Amino acid sequence: MFPMVVYLPRVSGSTSIKRGPVRQVLLGDEAVALGAVHAGITAAYAYPGTPSTEILEYLIRLSDQAGKPKACWCANEKTAFEEALGVSMVGRRALVAMKHVGLNVAADPFMNGAIVQINGGLVVAVADDPGMHSSQNEQDSRYFADMARIPCLEPANQQEAYEMVREAFELSEQFHVPVMVRLVTRLAHSRAVVRPQPPLAERPMKKPRDTRGWTLLPAYARMQWRDLLDRQPDMLAFSEASPNNQLVLNPERHDLGVITTGLARNYYFENFGELRHRPSHLHVGAYPLPVARIRELAAHVDKLLVLEEGNPYLERYLRGLLPQALRIEGKLSGHLPQDGELTPDFVRLALDLPGRRSVSTTDLPVRNRPPQLCQGCPHADSYAAIRASIEGLEQSLVASDIGCYTLGALPPYSAIESCVCMGASIGMAKGAAEAGMNPVFAVIGDSTFLHSGVTPLMDAVAHDADIVLVILDNSTVGMTGGQPTILPSSALEPLVLGLGVHPEHLHVLEAHPKRVGEMTEVLRREIRHHGLSVVIAVRECIETAKRRRREERSPQPGGAEG
Amino acid sequence: MKYDILLAGVGGQGLLSMAVIIASAAMKNGYFVKQSEVHGMSQRGGAVLANLRISDQPIHSDIIARGDADMILSLEIMEGLRYLDYLAADGTMLTSTGRVENIGDYPAQEEIVDRIQQLPHTCLVQADDLAKEAGTVLAGNMAMVGAASVFLPLEAEGLEIQIERLFRPKGGKVVETNLRAFRLGRNSLSCAAP
Ligand code: SF4
Repeated sequence: MFPMVVYLPRVSGSTSIKRGPVRQVLLGDEAVALGAVHAGITAAYAYPGTPSTEILEYLIRLSDQAGKPKACWCANEKTAFEEALGVSMVGRRALVAMKHVGLNVAADPFMNGAIVQINGGLVVAVADDPGMHSSQNEQDSRYFADMARIPCLEPANQQEAYEMVREAFELSEQFHVPVMVRLVTRLAHSRAVVRPQPPLAERPMKKPRDTRGWTLLPAYARMQWRDLLDRQPDMLAFSEASPNNQLVLNPERHDLGVITTGLARNYYFENFGELRHRPSHLHVGAYPLPVARIRELAAHVDKLLVLEEGNPYLERYLRGLLPQALRIEGKLSGHLPQDGELTPDFVRLALDLPGRRSVSTTDLPVRNRPPQLCQGCPHADSYAAIRASIEGLEQSLVASDIGCYTLGALPPYSAIESCVCMGASIGMAKGAAEAGMNPVFAVIGDSTFLHSGVTPLMDAVAHDADIVLVILDNSTVGMTGGQPTILPSSALEPLVLGLGVHPEHLHVLEAHPKRVGEMTEVLRREIRHHGLSVVIAVRECIETAKRRRREERSPQPGGAEG
Repeated sequence: MKYDILLAGVGGQGLLSMAVIIASAAMKNGYFVKQSEVHGMSQRGGAVLANLRISDQPIHSDIIARGDADMILSLEIMEGLRYLDYLAADGTMLTSTGRVENIGDYPAQEEIVDRIQQLPHTCLVQADDLAKEAGTVLAGNMAMVGAASVFLPLEAEGLEIQIERLFRPKGGKVVETNLRAFRLGRNSLSCAAP
């Protein structure tokens, strides 16, 4: 949003200072993007999702100016991953970026992409959202990397994000697997100075002579799987030797060892100065877990404190199932909360340091201020119509989906009753209708519909499900900041008709305060129709409309990529 | 030297531009800086928060620890109080008196002001009035940067350069208005300088 380039004078403390490469102030996300560019990627793919959106936004800005790399939004994370696989197959490097729940959508190409013979480097940057700032769960993507048996790098700051992405491309080509770079919100959305290194050239195209490694027929898949298992010791050897996994033993003390992963190291260091003794410390920034280093630390101490941002992934491994003499403290022992974001304050308490004093915070006249739909948002009009259409009915269900419109679950709208995963509204509505509920609405945004709503609509068409589907068409991906939808609004009507929705039960209406009555009437009529109905409620997101008008007046100022 | 600022406000008030201006000026000065904010759902008229850390030593954590903020810089009268447990015992609460009443049950102004004035170091700024005087209600955030400049370990000139850089793409008039708001904010506090 606000690209900054800073030419810093000199760095104190470093030896021979030449006129170094241009330092840049980058978000963690942007550092990932720049790392990929400097690793010579040919292409980058993603679907917008907080907190990963800025990775592709940066690359799209860059490719608008420089003509490369190819950087584009995709229909969803699965298609994004598959496009990246295509780039890799012909020998070139590709980045695919997503938020943690996006990896669920991409799980199929992700898991099978681990089995194929990766050719050009393929890096998947996944941004987890501990604390659920803008997500529906707190899943930890390290489990996914583990399940796929691929390496994962976990940066703790922006510089590491840049460097690890570059390293991940090398590893991907070395081990012939996709490599994950795991981010978390607090890094993805934090800015600091990054010092880039000389960029690499783009790879030449080079299709493998033997394509059996990309053809997962059972006979070939068995070979590939065996081969992936055979590569595991090499990946472990990499991790054991990696400078990203640094072990520092304090020969004088044996009472405490601390293991940090990713961002947790920052919070540990933040409190470090106040510790009376220096605990032995292992930081894990590269996976598979460096087993020998962990064992070395464990053998040296009586107690281990495990600090991880995310789920207690490493801690669970350490505890195992059998009793052991070593004391292990972490999230599972209750020394740190299992949910929410890690903070310097929680880490402080886990280190037995007293909580910091602040000013008194009693009797604060403070009220909650939840996020709201923008004033004049078209969704408000659609919600008014939906509520009016079911008013007075004994029962009804309004299943919904993921986007700005999910805020319609809160007062004053209180219009929708579910939000599970991208596209779920349509399938859930069909299921509820088949279980006997009536009337049933599915409410979904245009971009969510294109992401994951088309396939369940096929099911609904095939069985003429007795539901009313309302597609909120605001011509944008609103919640992530107004990216373009993958197809223009004009494509929705022919798409829905092409799937086989009956033209008599397809209505395209304007979502406008003056036309709520009209929409209500149509909805009431379609509630009475026992079969599938679709209403497309159209009006552009006002934020997107504002920005469009602004840009039409004065063309966008250039970014500041150096 | 370390200076931790917690910026508070309501989505749409221009919190991020404030953070960017102060952060860029600090970096130009050769300081280490980390600046973190939460995007997404919180942008829709909800409470927003940004962490800005400035130091002459490398900074580890992206977020400020409880009781560690040297300043809470708030664009809205109630929002600063929300994060009071982050303010150091001798920290400064610098807040606009402006109210964004997009929720029901909003506390009375006197109640909030009374509570703020119980704090050891407090400065209230009529940022909305200053912004109007500068030429646009939108410049309340720059009036607050101006007020904050009295306390920050940075020169006013460096901040002005960053304001100019940020707004230059929007034209000379916008730059002038925002600089005016900055100076009005700064002068409004000159009496309270530490
Ligand atoms: S950003 Fe657009 S879609 Fe989202 S609440 Fe605002 S107007 Fe509605």
